[in-house]
Amino acid sequence: MLKECVLATQPVRTRPLSPHLTAWKWGPHMLVSILHRATGDGMAVVGTIVFVWWLAALAGGDARYAGFVDTFTTSAGHLNILGYVIGIGMTWAFFQHLASGIRHLVMDTGAGFELRANKTFAILTIVFSVLATIAFWAYLLVGK
Amino acid sequence: MGNGTPLGQVRGLGAAREGTHHWWHQRLTAGGNLLLVLWFVLSIARLPAYDHATLTSWIGSFWVAIPLALLVISVFYHFRLGLQVCIEDYSHGPGRIAWIVALNAFVLVAGAIALFSIFSIAFTSGAAA
Repeated sequence: MLKECVLATQPVRTRPLSPHLTAWKWGPHMLVSILHRATGDGMAVVGTIVFVWWLAALAGGDARYAGFVDTFTTSAGHLNILGYVIGIGMTWAFFQHLASGIRHLVMDTGAGFELRANKTFAILTIVFSVLATIAFWAYLLVGK
Repeated sequence: MGNGTPLGQVRGLGAAREGTHHWWHQRLTAGGNLLLVLWFVLSIARLPAYDHATLTSWIGSFWVAIPLALLVISVFYHFRLGLQVCIEDYSHGPGRIAWIVALNAFVLVAGAIALFSIFSIAFTSGAAA
């Protein structure tokens, strides 16, 4: 009886959890790390196919190039859904990969590992990629 | 660092004789990509039109064909290294060899088509400067 009382009144010790497999939560640094890989591999596959197709179609002459353009535009000459998804997707992927790539180059020098600086820099890469993508398409669609 | 000769321990290269060149080349090409792809993206945005004649005369210029060819070399080498890391991280077992061979084939074929197309446009569009 006495033993039970002691056990019941003893506060539960909250021990730190090991950052292992299932004990973690998302942070900006993790998001930016996986985005760097996703945007890089995305551009490497989708971007390469569209880029090489674009160059080969240009080299193939007027009719071949018209086939390429038709795939991504409406009959009125504007971009279609596929054109917008790939166009905006690739520009955002480029700006994100550029910013997180610069982050990696800075971290390669041993700098930027302090928690606060690391988090701030990670968030800034996303802010930059979104703003740069909006600026790019605003210029292309409205500014010109 | 093993128990090789004192000189071998100082060099720190191990039995493979190399180890950091993938990592280092990824950084070198990252620098090349930073300049070349920014130039490409900004140049594309500033083009007056995107019809066949405008684009082929643009690519036909000395000042575009050469940076564009350099872009293909730098970017394709960079993404080959990047996709290799991805395959090495997620593909285990014998399938990994097939993926790496397929990756090399993809990069070489896509790179050859891209470079041939650029030079083909540059040498036939007539604009030499």
